[in-house]
Amino acid sequence: MTYPLLITKRMTEHPSDSHTIERYERTGGYGAARKAMGMTRDQLVESVKESGLIGRGGAGFSAGMKWSFMAPNRPSYLVINGDESEPGTFKDRQLLERDPHQMLEGIIIAAVANEAHHAFIYIRGEYPKPARRVQQAVDAAYAKGYLGSGIFGTDYDLEVTVHLGGGAYICGEETALINSLEGLRGEPRLKPPYFPAAKGLYMQPTIVNNVETVSNLPHILDMGVDAYKALGHDADTGTFMFSVSGHVMKPGNYELPHGLTWRELIYDVAGGIRDGRELKMWIPGGASAPWFVPDDHLDLEITKDATGKALSMLGSGAVVVMDDSTCVIRAAERLVRFFAHESCGQCTPCREGTTWLEMILRRIESGQGRDIDVDLLLDVSDNISIGLGWPPKMTTICPLGPSAVSPIISISKYFKDEVMAHIHGGGCPL
Amino acid sequence: MSPQTNPAGTTSRWSEATQQRAREIIARYPQKRSAVMPLLYLAMSENGWLTEEGMAEVADWVGITPAQVQSVASFYTMYKRERTGTYLISCCTSISCMLLGGDDILHAVEDESGVPHGETDADGEISVEHAECIGACGGAPAVQVNYELIEGLTPEKARELVRWLRSDKPEVVNPDDMQDRFGGQRSFDWAIREEGGATGPYPAFGPFGTGRES
Ligand SMILES: Cc1cc2nc3c(=O)[nH]c(=O)nc-3n(C[C@H](O)[C@H](O)[C@H](O)COP(=O)(O)O)c2cc1C
Ligand code: SF4
Ligand code: FES
Repeated sequence: MTYPLLITKRMTEHPSDSHTIERYERTGGYGAARKAMGMTRDQLVESVKESGLIGRGGAGFSAGMKWSFMAPNRPSYLVINGDESEPGTFKDRQLLERDPHQMLEGIIIAAVANEAHHAFIYIRGEYPKPARRVQQAVDAAYAKGYLGSGIFGTDYDLEVTVHLGGGAYICGEETALINSLEGLRGEPRLKPPYFPAAKGLYMQPTIVNNVETVSNLPHILDMGVDAYKALGHDADTGTFMFSVSGHVMKPGNYELPHGLTWRELIYDVAGGIRDGRELKMWIPGGASAPWFVPDDHLDLEITKDATGKALSMLGSGAVVVMDDSTCVIRAAERLVRFFAHESCGQCTPCREGTTWLEMILRRIESGQGRDIDVDLLLDVSDNISIGLGWPPKMTTICPLGPSAVSPIISISKYFKDEVMAHIHGGGCPL
Repeated sequence: MSPQTNPAGTTSRWSEATQQRAREIIARYPQKRSAVMPLLYLAMSENGWLTEEGMAEVADWVGITPAQVQSVASFYTMYKRERTGTYLISCCTSISCMLLGGDDILHAVEDESGVPHGETDADGEISVEHAECIGACGGAPAVQVNYELIEGLTPEKARELVRWLRSDKPEVVNPDDMQDRFGGQRSFDWAIREEGGATGPYPAFGPFGTGRES
């Protein structure tokens, strides 16, 4: 079964040169940017709102809506979030390396819509190769007059700066990213009042959008809002990039329509489980998302809504598949370790709590667990994410802390027996 | 501004060529403080790692105190404030790599190099660290050498990688070359080959390293 491709079409059809401006223009590139130059802010915001485009950075917020919240003072800035660091996620890397002009055209459209004359592309520091590709594309676009002063022969100026991060996941959070761009420690800002659209970079109105989000924009203008919506499934319009990893036969990035089932994604698209093993569980949307299990979720439709109703999220689109050889304590420990390592330390529940969770899991893994450790895990989690609900109640400055409890909720909900077996059997029963 | 002095008016610790790069970097931002991060990489490329002098020089260029620069640098894992090897091997042990043997890769690298993670060998050649997800989960397990990626390793290939770095001492590490020699399964088709790559334990981008497309 093949599915219609949008943002990975060019790189699929022209693998050897999809990153060049020549190929980009020969396949219709920069037509949408020219069209945008002739449109007003209102028209552009309306089109994107109408298209139903949802941000692909993980928070799942309407792109057009976000644009409409921009405060009126100027200058305004556009910041592209290419910090991609959520374990399991590698889709933006492919978009940056293989079709950088598609993103740049999206940047031009988003900049014009938001009256920004300077855009920043923040790429995680561990992605020097994608950053080199993007810089080459930026240079080529400047040379053609598509960036710089008076773009496309109009009087509109647009500068683009590629900025490399320093290896801190928290800088993916948009206000931390802005601090980082200002040359500060990458700590999230207290909200309100600092919603970036009101007060962002240098305290000016700022739109932060993900790489995949803006890569959709040229297609929305090219094919029109109705055709774009028709590709989707009810409220979930367009396509969605899934990064599939773990114990599947065919890991990789897959651009898919919404509304397939998890069974189709794992068994048809990704080729099923390796080595003749059985599926045990999977993470549907990045390390922050609560897990799914075959008995309850295999035939669920993959939509934002259905995933949310099942108390998880599509998030960054990272699907991590785990087979029956996987120790749930070990998996949870790796995920929690990540959040403990990446906590910026501003909020006590997050800073202390994630470290505690990691320690307790290590203890259970090494066979030193005690009966009360299960309650202790839940207690500590409840301190970070009060009530342990989904979506989490926010008591910390940013959602990183609450994300760390997703693996704990998952193991206590679906794998309590295996946890107890670790505790009573002095280590992993597998 | 005379070529010998930085914006703080003190004699620059950097060569004229490096100072020119610093000026170019600062010009790309509306406010010069935003240039702190790329200037820290520039400082690393001068000394091989981030020294006190390097941070003091960055402070002079953006007009903040060395303590402020230090506070920024210490927030990010990629600014190495301790002596770091010519080759920094970062082994991913996050979830997707762990599922497919990332821990075994780390152990093989530690064992073959004799360098435990978090440390550097005596001759300053190799540093080893364990890394959180490096965005190569579809090609797990993955490692980076000076942030240039190799996907789909085996423990044996990881040992070969260490031996190769020690014996060949490549001046530039190129991802396509390393992937051919030591890699396997990739996250996606890399398709296009590049020339050049990293020349030290900092990302090869802009003025750093020699990364150019063929
Ligand atoms: C801890 C944390 C990490 C995040 N990391 C990323 C990231 O790496 N990339 C990204 O695009 N968004 C990330 N986000 C979401 C951003 O804050 C922001 O919502 C997003 O960049 C907005 O773009 P979008 O609306 O186009 O999705 C992260 C959020 C949090 C709380
Ligand atoms: S929740 Fe954690 S990462 Fe987020 S601001 Fe608080 S301490 Fe920092
Ligand atoms: S988990 Fe290792 S690269 Fe993502």
